[in-house]
Amino acid sequence: MTHTESKKDNLSAAIRGLTGENVARCYQCGKCSAGCPMSQEMKLKPHDLMRLASFDQADRIFGDESIWLCLTCETCSARCPNGCDPARVIDTLREMALARDPSRWPRAIGAFHAEFLKQVKNHGRVFELGLILGFKLRTGRLFDDALSGPGVFARGKLALQPHRISGIDEMRKIFEKCENVENRDLS
Amino acid sequence: MKIGYYPGCSLSSTGREYNESLQVIAPLLGVTLQEIEDWNCCGASSAHATNRQLSLALAARNLALAETQAIPEVLAPCAACYNRLASARHALAKDTRAFEKTREVLERPEFSNSVRVKTSVEWLRDLAPVIQKKAEETASRSATSPSVKGLKVACYYGCLLVRPPEVTQWPTQWDDPEDPSSMETVVRATGAEPVRWNRRLDCCGAGFSLSRLDSVARLGREILQEAKKAGAQALVVACPLCHVNLDFRQQAIARKAGGEFDLPVFYITELVGLALGASQAQLGLNRHYVRTDSVLERSP
Ligand code: SF4
Ligand code: SF4
Repeated sequence: MTHTESKKDNLSAAIRGLTGENVARCYQCGKCSAGCPMSQEMKLKPHDLMRLASFDQADRIFGDESIWLCLTCETCSARCPNGCDPARVIDTLREMALARDPSRWPRAIGAFHAEFLKQVKNHGRVFELGLILGFKLRTGRLFDDALSGPGVFARGKLALQPHRISGIDEMRKIFEKCENVENRDLS
Repeated sequence: MKIGYYPGCSLSSTGREYNESLQVIAPLLGVTLQEIEDWNCCGASSAHATNRQLSLALAARNLALAETQAIPEVLAPCAACYNRLASARHALAKDTRAFEKTREVLERPEFSNSVRVKTSVEWLRDLAPVIQKKAEETASRSATSPSVKGLKVACYYGCLLVRPPEVTQWPTQWDDPEDPSSMETVVRATGAEPVRWNRRLDCCGAGFSLSRLDSVARLGREILQEAKKAGAQALVVACPLCHVNLDFRQQAIARKAGGEFDLPVFYITELVGLALGASQAQLGLNRHYVRTDSVLERSP
């Protein structure tokens, strides 16, 4: 059992263990949500997530897509008058959600992250054209605008060849070690 | 003067002109850029959302490379890269367990986390007196080149340049995280005029630029509308992801909003380059979607 799993019934303690953040300190002023660019699209807004986390409501949080809508713009954490760090808490909730059930990702957002990390693992850098094509294949969104608009190539905007760094073996090792869940047990 | 350089993935692709203009202005300002050899992707925008140890390790490998290449200070022009590198540096300094674990994952026991990371805005702000002097010299010398003098621009910091404060303002505060002024200082040094507006720190939604286009369009529209309302003739940015959303997507956003914005989006390095007399082609302005030449006034 990993650290994350064994404490899933005690969400607030798990978050505290992983990040040092005490979600119970949040006094629900709502300032984080007021400034959040995505809150109008989120069913559970940042302050809701803080409260549900402090009440250990794992199922309600992980049963909703709101955590995946956070852009990590850090506005909430910058503005919290109480020194809380909702952005960090949400990043941690996503990591926990993946550990519980990787299929929970909203398809397009999950496809993006998966394809992005694949690029980094294979090349050491992100090959944007590969990222876009890979994303399109994973999601079937072949005709979205996703940077395929007119003139992208004429403008030299997308490199046609991936660049592979020479430390690629080191990169693969880093991925292997970090993908090993034991290593995720971080304070 | 020498500074380490972490271009990041976007600067060789969608953000090419950011790199090109940076390479043009650095020597004009007496700065040599020393690219970190064999740098890797910092992990934005995916590693931190999925695996914290991976996000620390990916960023830290670059900081470790800089150390072994005797680079004490690194310029990271992409705001997202800057944020990842600075966040990792901060986390590793504050959390000994994470630091030890990361050294172990990297198999780099000598890594000491000593490298400082800078945004292009902080770097140029510190060079503002030099920029101003050279811009004035250029203006008096060549009366015919395109000029940014008096151009009304909206400085758009975006979300990650000055946030989160405990990271970006550590170990020293380089700007106010809620009311920054560095970009305006650089803009004034070029002879252009920053307008006052209130979306300077809003997020453009870049993290979803492939996966949630409707959100991106909404956030971009609000930024473009406000800039226009404030009387700006152009936007200035310091991030390739912001540039994609505000320049490449501008027409699509405008179409949805049923109007035209016609707001060129300059990288801050391009604006400086223009003030220092570089040509539009040298700076890569031909790669933009919204044409830039209409707002660059030419003296007779
Ligand atoms: S701003 Fe801080 S204290 Fe207020 S609701 Fe959000 S997290 Fe809680
Ligand atoms: S970091 Fe996420 S939750 Fe916080 S303001 Fe930005 S989008 Fe909203």
